[in-house]
Amino acid sequence: MTEPVKDAVAVPAAPTPRTNGRPATQFVRPTFAGLQRPSNGSINADESNSAPHPAAQRDPSRFAPRVAQRRFIASAFAALCLVATLIGVVVLAALLIDIFRDGASRLSWSMITGFPSRFADRAGIGPALAGSAWVLALTALFAFPLGVGTAIWLEEYAPNNRWRRLIEMNIANLAGVPSIVYGILGLALFVRVMSLGRSLMAAALTLALLILPVIIIASQEAIKAVPRTIRLGAYALGATRWETIKHQILPVALPGIMTGTILALSRAIGEAAPVILVGALGFVAFIPTNPSDQYTVLPFQIFNWVSRPQTAFHEVAAAASIVLLALLLSMSAIAIWLRNKYTRRS
Amino acid sequence: MSEAIRNPAGPVELEARELSVLYGETRALKYVSLKIPDRQVVSFIGPSGCGKSTLLRCFNRMNDLIPGVKIEGEALFQGRNLYGTGVDAVDVRRRIGMVFQKPNPFPKSIYDNVVFGPKINGYKGDFSELVERSLRQAALWEEVKDRLEANALSLSGGQQQRLCIARALAVEPEVLLMDEPASALDPIATQKIEDLIYDLKQDYTVVIVTHSMQQAARVSDHTAFLYMGEVVEYGPTNELFTNPREERTEAYITGRFG
Ligand SMILES: Nc1ncnc2c1ncn2[C@@H]1O[C@H](COP(=O)(O)OP(=O)(O)OP(=O)(O)O)[C@@H](O)[C@H]1O
Ligand SMILES: [Mg+2]
Repeated sequence: MTEPVKDAVAVPAAPTPRTNGRPATQFVRPTFAGLQRPSNGSINADESNSAPHPAAQRDPSRFAPRVAQRRFIASAFAALCLVATLIGVVVLAALLIDIFRDGASRLSWSMITGFPSRFADRAGIGPALAGSAWVLALTALFAFPLGVGTAIWLEEYAPNNRWRRLIEMNIANLAGVPSIVYGILGLALFVRVMSLGRSLMAAALTLALLILPVIIIASQEAIKAVPRTIRLGAYALGATRWETIKHQILPVALPGIMTGTILALSRAIGEAAPVILVGALGFVAFIPTNPSDQYTVLPFQIFNWVSRPQTAFHEVAAAASIVLLALLLSMSAIAIWLRNKYTRRS
Repeated sequence: MSEAIRNPAGPVELEARELSVLYGETRALKYVSLKIPDRQVVSFIGPSGCGKSTLLRCFNRMNDLIPGVKIEGEALFQGRNLYGTGVDAVDVRRRIGMVFQKPNPFPKSIYDNVVFGPKINGYKGDFSELVERSLRQAALWEEVKDRLEANALSLSGGQQQRLCIARALAVEPEVLLMDEPASALDPIATQKIEDLIYDLKQDYTVVIVTHSMQQAARVSDHTAFLYMGEVVEYGPTNELFTNPREERTEAYITGRFG
């Protein structure tokens, strides 16, 4: 700072008189003679005056690359992962083959639409399938708005304090509670206190509670993934919080929310334990037609048949399992399709 | 100190009075006072972290969105305190638009990007006419007129930034705040944005944060130099660059910060 600076600052040409035409080339580019480098924000004068960095001396003895050894470790790890994958695939394949060998011969349209029977060769899964469909729809109806609403509140409205963290921690813990515990809760709360009895409603509410934490967490993740800059952009245009959520955040987060919800729902329709507790029946000879009806669901029907001594019933159970698996697989497929469809777009 | 702050004569659009911003315990902006004239371009320059963005965000209450922020003093818009009782931030932000450092179009069509603001603000006119007008104002119309339904993310960075400007203009604000609008852009796109700022001056008050002193000199009528949360010097751009009154200003614009 010894140099007199005044002279170092060149006078930029006076701004050209700005006419009304488009100023494509009107701007005068000022040149500051003293300006050696653009501002880099450095506030340390010594930085620019310090001695040049000494060229690093190359010294091979400081490294021990051992490339062959590292390559071996890399391939060993890849092999390990492959084995892990294969074990999973083989077990799953064995399970599928077993089920198909037992059940494929019993799979037929009359079996899918038929009613259960004392005779294994006449037994069908109509009421169980209808019960599962009812439970699926009702569960989604309760769990989706509650879960998404909670996630929106936690992510967008709740102040980031101790209480919010406490709530989030509890939700995460609830996701790990065994389903049978939800069954006990459902029995006490919905079946007894709210006297819903052995109804589809009671089952759906219980399962909705069971998957609520999963939906909340998945939705929160999806909402969190929406870039903050999008929110700021909306607010800067004078959007309210709700307008920002509705028009900018939810559309972006929706595929993720849907994927999480569908996967949670597939867990719900695969559950037998909590449904048994809240009163699904082992033998239902009618198709439920409204939420207060008695019912059974596929997993319980399968369980019921498997626990009988006659092998013929085990075959029907295997056939029912194939139907249940097909249902679950198509739900996963929808989830994957949704995810791909929307990730490709953005 | 006071002679280093030379407020312009004429009608004042925005004004800071003893304005301070605290992030938690740290005072990022310290008792800043300056006046921004109507329908002129003012630029804020200064080293990184000196509080340029913080000051800019005070004028459309975007700081409100940062948890733990505290604002003291006054920020006036047409003589009215933006932080006074009865002033709604939502209304403020429609009248004082903002363009961000990084282009942030909504992941929707170009058309939807432009109409979002007008829609929520109850615009009653013809939307396609509004879209064309805004895009023309932002010098983007010719490039996108045949693909208004295309996703905005398919545009180049410079086009995206001009779309963000069009989006901001579509709600017909009175002031446009721009936080380093060209920092992510190449020289040609930068040139376009600078031309644009020049044109906007006819109808808008523009406040621009920039790291490029050449840019400040090219586009602005007045320049404020900020350092460590204070406005060190404020005055006509020409004067500030050719005849700075403060030693720190001089050091900064000559690139020898001390
Ligand atoms: N959200 C925040 N929370 C806490 N401190 C912040 C926040 N935003 C900015 N600050 C602090 O306030 C000071 C001013 O920041 P500001 O972003 O206004 O600087 P700036 O001049 O815009 O810098 P740049 O040129 O790098 O954008 C900095 O010290 C920064 O660390
Ligand atoms: Mg900044």
